[in-house]
Amino acid sequence: MSDLLSLCDRLVAQAQPGEQVEVVAVHERETEVRAYEGQVESLTAAESQGVGVRVIRDGCQGFASAGTLDLAILDETLAEARENLAFATPDEFCALATPDALDPAVLDIYRQELVDFPVETKVALALELERRTREGDPRIIGVESADYSDSVTQTAVATTTGIRTTAAETGCFLSAYSLAEENGDTQAGFGFSVGRQPSDLEVSQAATDAVERSTRMLGAVKPPSGRMMVVLDPWVSAQFLGIVGGTLSGEAVQKGRSLFAERLGDQVAASNLTLIDDPTNPAAFTATATDGEGLATRRNVLMQDGRLEKFVHNSYTARRAGTASTGSAVRGYASTPGVGVQAVSVQPGQLSPDALIAGIIDGLLVQGVSGLHSGVNPVSGDFSTGAEGLRIRNGELAEPVREFTIASTLQKMLLEVTAVGDDLVWLPMKAAGVTLVIAELTVSGA
Amino acid sequence: MSTQHDARPLLDPALLQETIETALQSGATFAEVFVEDKRSTSAVLDDSKIEELTSGRRRGAGIRVILGETTGFAHTADLSPEGLQTAARAAAAAAQSAGNSNKSVAFASDGSMPAPVAAVMPDQVSGSQKVALLQKADQAARGFQAAITQVSAHYADSRRRIQIANSEGLLAGDDQVRTLFAVSCVAQGDLGRQTGRQSMGHTVGFEIFDSVDVESMALQAAQRAYTKLSAVPAPSGEMPVVVGPGGGGVLFHEACGHGLEADIIAKSASVFAGRRGEMVANPMVTLVDDGTMAGEWGRYGVDDEGHLAQRNVLIENGVLTDYMWDYLRATKEGRPCSGNGRRESYQHLPMVRMTNTFLEPGPDDPAEIIASTDHGVYVAQLGGGQVNTVTGDFVFGMTEAYLIENGELTSPIRDGNLIGNGPQTLQDIDAIAGDFAMGSPGTCGKDGQGVPVGDGTPTLRVARLTVGGTAA
Repeated sequence: MSDLLSLCDRLVAQAQPGEQVEVVAVHERETEVRAYEGQVESLTAAESQGVGVRVIRDGCQGFASAGTLDLAILDETLAEARENLAFATPDEFCALATPDALDPAVLDIYRQELVDFPVETKVALALELERRTREGDPRIIGVESADYSDSVTQTAVATTTGIRTTAAETGCFLSAYSLAEENGDTQAGFGFSVGRQPSDLEVSQAATDAVERSTRMLGAVKPPSGRMMVVLDPWVSAQFLGIVGGTLSGEAVQKGRSLFAERLGDQVAASNLTLIDDPTNPAAFTATATDGEGLATRRNVLMQDGRLEKFVHNSYTARRAGTASTGSAVRGYASTPGVGVQAVSVQPGQLSPDALIAGIIDGLLVQGVSGLHSGVNPVSGDFSTGAEGLRIRNGELAEPVREFTIASTLQKMLLEVTAVGDDLVWLPMKAAGVTLVIAELTVSGA
Repeated sequence: MSTQHDARPLLDPALLQETIETALQSGATFAEVFVEDKRSTSAVLDDSKIEELTSGRRRGAGIRVILGETTGFAHTADLSPEGLQTAARAAAAAAQSAGNSNKSVAFASDGSMPAPVAAVMPDQVSGSQKVALLQKADQAARGFQAAITQVSAHYADSRRRIQIANSEGLLAGDDQVRTLFAVSCVAQGDLGRQTGRQSMGHTVGFEIFDSVDVESMALQAAQRAYTKLSAVPAPSGEMPVVVGPGGGGVLFHEACGHGLEADIIAKSASVFAGRRGEMVANPMVTLVDDGTMAGEWGRYGVDDEGHLAQRNVLIENGVLTDYMWDYLRATKEGRPCSGNGRRESYQHLPMVRMTNTFLEPGPDDPAEIIASTDHGVYVAQLGGGQVNTVTGDFVFGMTEAYLIENGELTSPIRDGNLIGNGPQTLQDIDAIAGDFAMGSPGTCGKDGQGVPVGDGTPTLRVARLTVGGTAA
């Protein structure tokens, strides 16, 4: 890791008078094992690295990246970034981040156990997951994929403005996609388990979830169209919360692309909704102590009791808004820092999902959505996504339903959250999920 | 502009040969080296400013070893003999072999690289020329209407050179140039904000801008956003859906394209498994996947396993004729590859992917198709889509659409998704016109890998699809 930082230092030292230079370097080691029908279908052992160089002079920014840490190519990359800045429009707010008073949180997200974990044991985990899923129910006719994957990532950022930070994290992941069949009808379902080290993983949980999600969809029919009370399960709510978080980026606001621009201080969601972005929470899959510009991340309350409190900023959007960075620069090594939430969650409620469902006479539980990328317009707020799930009748889960859409606007949905479950769970994405009850969405089916 | 074509292989065939032989030493039945050298530039204008011109490069090799049912894979950015040997041993170890052997490999070609299909290579064009296109687009869109409050424009080009060698003696290469341009607009009205987008992408160089006018692209994007300011909520429920020329490719990509990929078929995870030779669509439907279509976004010379791109008829007059194949699946079936083995980069294993997927023109008149539709939706531009291949249920987004009332296009409608079931939708196609057009360039995602794809259709009608709006 100190190697990565010294490599960044070496390039930063080449800054010419009047230039700001930022170098971000990443090194990642990944393993992925896929099991199929009792055998290893594929095993990938991968090592990748890259560097991104940003040069700013007179308010113009140039950037170049390379997928290597080869010293000769790094020098060329710096030269390219320098050439590229000549084409940018000067911008008085364009500058690198400068160190602020906050020290990065100490997060326990790098585990030696994973680094030392033998590949044979990874293979065994994938095979066990495949076997348990296959044997989980007589109606399971196949396991399309059963994967173990892990990564060990190290990052360094150094700048001429005095930022020098490093970060390291480990993560591992089990996922299974099962196929269930009954009376000529086939349905698919998935299950997963995530952790920082292999001993965090729960094979049986992943297998059981995949089996349950596929078998309970057997015999699904298309529901009638109409307006209905809808329960979003954690897997689904997390995806929506991630999108809502995206609309609160300072960049979207400044460029007139956020549906929440000019709404600070307004009641934009139901009073039971408190939305927090906190990358310093080690439980978050995307936890990180430093952001894409090397500043310390921090806990940002975006909505308090439904009231819009804050937009997130990187150093550029903060400068432009006359405020301070919220430590929300997001990027890979191959791009300049954007702005975004990094680990979004809501304050959980008091009731369990079962208790929430017990209170619903006629409704719908949505366990999966599709087409989010084409069905949600984060500028207008209109959304409409494909969905599958189960009907709720008289407080109990009833028949499975599929091939329908749920639609509303993000604005309306947030105001119509009638209950938040107590089942907050961090998922392999930049958001946690929790059971949410929405008073009314339009269901389009038969 | 004439530059001497450099036919030298990316890596010396002798080095490739040694690497493959090392990978085979563990007793593997197949070994392959995939070498990639990709350079790209991208320029973004947003908020009336050129935010940045960026450049990137990626260079490395992926080594695949197959032993029995197991594939081992390793990749490296270090293309030195030592770096390649290390990766070859890692891939072989990953295949978990026990035996050992000494196989030798002889290539059937000298590995010379083909010439790129581009008249003006991206690196021959100055940054200021690329940036000037963005400014032209920005000015055109902002000049359209005061309601256009934000414009972003994106230019991107790439040159991807690949070389593939395998233990069966294959040695092939390709030089792929791509150029893309896109404009997005935001319009602000009394009822909120709306968006409009227009994009184009081709497998050629900068000469594309001799025939593509970025100002008219900008005006189309602005028009889309502006029109939607008066859009009504989309209807909800089942109804006839007419899709305009070029718009419907995504529909076929999702409704059946993915379900015809041999890797999904082999795992019985497709509703189209075991249905070759069956009538799966209205007899008007002939669906083709063609990696050779000159200039189109999904075009290439050879796929990422070194096999020639080809034209594959998937559905002919309604009958399912064939699936799409990569090396692994074709070998298991003892049949030739279909040129559909693709990967995002040297860091990825290849799998079965589409190229340019399109519906052949039909006999109907586009105006007549709309006029004969009593009540429904006309989709002029589609967004992305997604499919569950197991059930065949698929969605796709509409980003420009109108109500059809009494055979006429009336109000624009707000963005939303449509949902249908692939096999059912293929049967429900009841009109296809002759006005074929290719659609927008797309990136198809599968198993975490994105690859460029194209699609196209003439105007067509599906008798019944579920429109996922909010209007009662």
